Amino acid sequence: MIEVENLSKSFTLHNQGGVTIPVMQGAHLWVRPGEYVGLTGASGAGKSTLMRMIWGNYLSVSGRIRVGGLELTGAEPRQVLALRRRTLGYVSQFLRVIPRVPTLDVVAEPLLALGTAETEARDRAGALLARLNIPRRLWALSPTTFSGGEQQRVNLARGFVHRYPALLIDEPTASLDAANRAVVLALIAEAKAAGSAILGIFHDEAAREQVCDRLVDVGDFTPGAARPEGSAA
Amino acid sequence: MSPARNLAEPAAPARPLLSVAGLGKSYGGRIGCADVSFDLWPGEVLGIVGESGSGKSTLLGCLAGQLAPDRGQVIFDTAEGPQDTLTMSEPQRRRLMRGDWAFVHQNPRDGLRMGVSASGNVGERLMAVGARHYGDIRAEAADWLGRVEIAADRIDDRPRQFSGGMQQRLQIARNLVTNPRLVFMDEPTGGLDVSVQARLLDLLRGLVRQMGLSAIIVTHDLAVVRLLADRLMVMKDGRVIEQGLTDQVLDDPQAAYTQLLVSSVLQV
Amino acid sequence: MSPGDSDSPYNFAYLDEDTKRMIRRAILKGVAVPGYQVPFASREMPMPYGWGTGGVQVTAACLVPEDRLKVIDQGADDTTNAVSIRKFFERTAGIATTETTTEASLIQTRHRIPETPLTEDQILVYQVPIPEPLRFLEPRETETRKMHALEDYGLMHVKLYEDIARHGAIATSYAYPVRVGDRYVMDPSPIPKFDNPKLSDNAALQLFGAGREQRIYALPPYTKVVSLDFEDHPFQATKAEHDCDLCGASDSYLDEVILDDRGGRMFVCSDTDFCTRRRAAGHVGCLGEPA
Repeated sequence: MIEVENLSKSFTLHNQGGVTIPVMQGAHLWVRPGEYVGLTGASGAGKSTLMRMIWGNYLSVSGRIRVGGLELTGAEPRQVLALRRRTLGYVSQFLRVIPRVPTLDVVAEPLLALGTAETEARDRAGALLARLNIPRRLWALSPTTFSGGEQQRVNLARGFVHRYPALLIDEPTASLDAANRAVVLALIAEAKAAGSAILGIFHDEAAREQVCDRLVDVGDFTPGAARPEGSAA
Repeated sequence: MSPARNLAEPAAPARPLLSVAGLGKSYGGRIGCADVSFDLWPGEVLGIVGESGSGKSTLLGCLAGQLAPDRGQVIFDTAEGPQDTLTMSEPQRRRLMRGDWAFVHQNPRDGLRMGVSASGNVGERLMAVGARHYGDIRAEAADWLGRVEIAADRIDDRPRQFSGGMQQRLQIARNLVTNPRLVFMDEPTGGLDVSVQARLLDLLRGLVRQMGLSAIIVTHDLAVVRLLADRLMVMKDGRVIEQGLTDQVLDDPQAAYTQLLVSSVLQV
Repeated sequence: MSPGDSDSPYNFAYLDEDTKRMIRRAILKGVAVPGYQVPFASREMPMPYGWGTGGVQVTAACLVPEDRLKVIDQGADDTTNAVSIRKFFERTAGIATTETTTEASLIQTRHRIPETPLTEDQILVYQVPIPEPLRFLEPRETETRKMHALEDYGLMHVKLYEDIARHGAIATSYAYPVRVGDRYVMDPSPIPKFDNPKLSDNAALQLFGAGREQRIYALPPYTKVVSLDFEDHPFQATKAEHDCDLCGASDSYLDEVILDDRGGRMFVCSDTDFCTRRRAAGHVGCLGEPA
């Protein structure tokens, strides 16, 4: 479902003397339908960078990425957008929404974008929010005013409201209490059972053991030894 | 429900809605915009960003038929097939402007008739395309004013009695009432309070989704394009220096100027 | 007096022959394109703008020595404007004048169409203050010309829409816009909308002259003229709900005359010739005396 081959990435900072910072080299991984692959590695090893390259908001320098049969490197924006609407979901660590939009609408939006009827989309969004223990009285408020844990759960609801065949999850349990953590792990297990291919980052080791089928150490792809000459890094 | 379903592209449109090639305009020796080429597909929202004087407004004017470019093509997929809007006759172009195209100005006063009631403003486009039943026109106008959250008891008020945000929503209703396929927007949230901007952005996003609109939005506000645009074009000195997916251009800018632009913003 | 009559201090009908030729060319163009406003080089006339300088120039260009001229102002032959224009042409063209509609070969009018149907032998010349029907909606002349050229007339209906929204009915009661021959939208000059149906399919040639605005336009005989309206608010030619108090006519346009300061009033035909001839024929209204 998700295939990454010989991927590399560097940043060129034009406004800081044009330095080029290589951050990844020769990355290789794949995730099959129904499989959960966990990314491990020290902080700064490039876990989030790799996720973003698969999501498409970071460009790769070389190599290839394929999701659901679409070659992402060199794809037209509209192909990537269609992929994100239908096939590829992403639960990031940060919630980015239009201020003043009610939480229920924020969660229902991915369904509306797919053409689901409004009442059905809201019902499904509500069911998921209830399951993630977001009190009903908050649904009409914008999530921008919520606590970190609440925002994260809203973000998770948004990611699970449509059953994406491929899903990227960044630290889903980071600031959750035990009860909510259990709900999230159950959601992940259900998505897997339904055939979703999931690539995730977990710092929570117990959780990682519970849901991950395989682990990939991003440290293997870090171009650590070969520091660029003249680099200030 | 199986996640393996729906993997195929949804019935992909056969051709772009708008196809721009080699578009350029100079003011004397000074470049307004140059060598602009891109395709806009049905349902896509394209953001054009850049600082004042970068040529983004000139480009929008050339695309929307308000300025005459010196060279290039702007091919629109009309009901009769793709046609170059720069070489079509003026009546044809006006027909496009009244029906398939819409233009939302930064200043609502440029896009509204200030002496005509709100419902009359919305009804004008309907009457321009031949509607002649008062009751139907009024009902349609009232429906649209409701969609942009203008209260039913204000529909006979004139726009000068409205707040800035209401005027802008009225302008949007007036433009969308004929179900256009392509909307040009010039700084649609400029000049509004931040809180009003947010509501307007949400409204626009909902309408774009519900109506399957394609849109080209010119703005200097990166937060606006982050929320509204699927794709981004960055302009400097009249030229497009970078384009791509909105979050890719903002999160991983490649050109030096884009990196500077993105890093100069307080928080996007 | 005739063209070139050396005894007269004026050329026939005041204007010089070159000017009249220029105006006739504009009239011919107007006839060829019904409802289209033809620009012309309007001359200074020995009367102020607003007193019919456009109509007078059109009349001067059309007059021949055999003509019999009638001039009406709001339907009446005996008001200042009508009397002075009639005298002007008596003196500068030496032509015969009349107050009887059927006897006139050329009628210059301000703000009315005679009640008596016109014939193919007659010309009706209107005095027009503002020829552009779109003027109050779109002040830019460059833009209104384009709108006419492209038949971009949605705005015209906006005005009627606003009327209905505000008053419940189309409140425009004079200078009511019309569409000529399915093409140009035209201002019929400030005639009451009661007269609008008479514009259409009229046997006479109708010419419109705007002196200050330097425009001439025309309706050739038997031209189709339609008053703009909405399907659910159709055009209605309205008048005071009354009969003429002098001649008893129920189908003519009426003026309201205040008789005293205690609310006394009467309604009389605005077309004085029409009223006079009905009374001569023995018709009597409720306040009238047999002639």
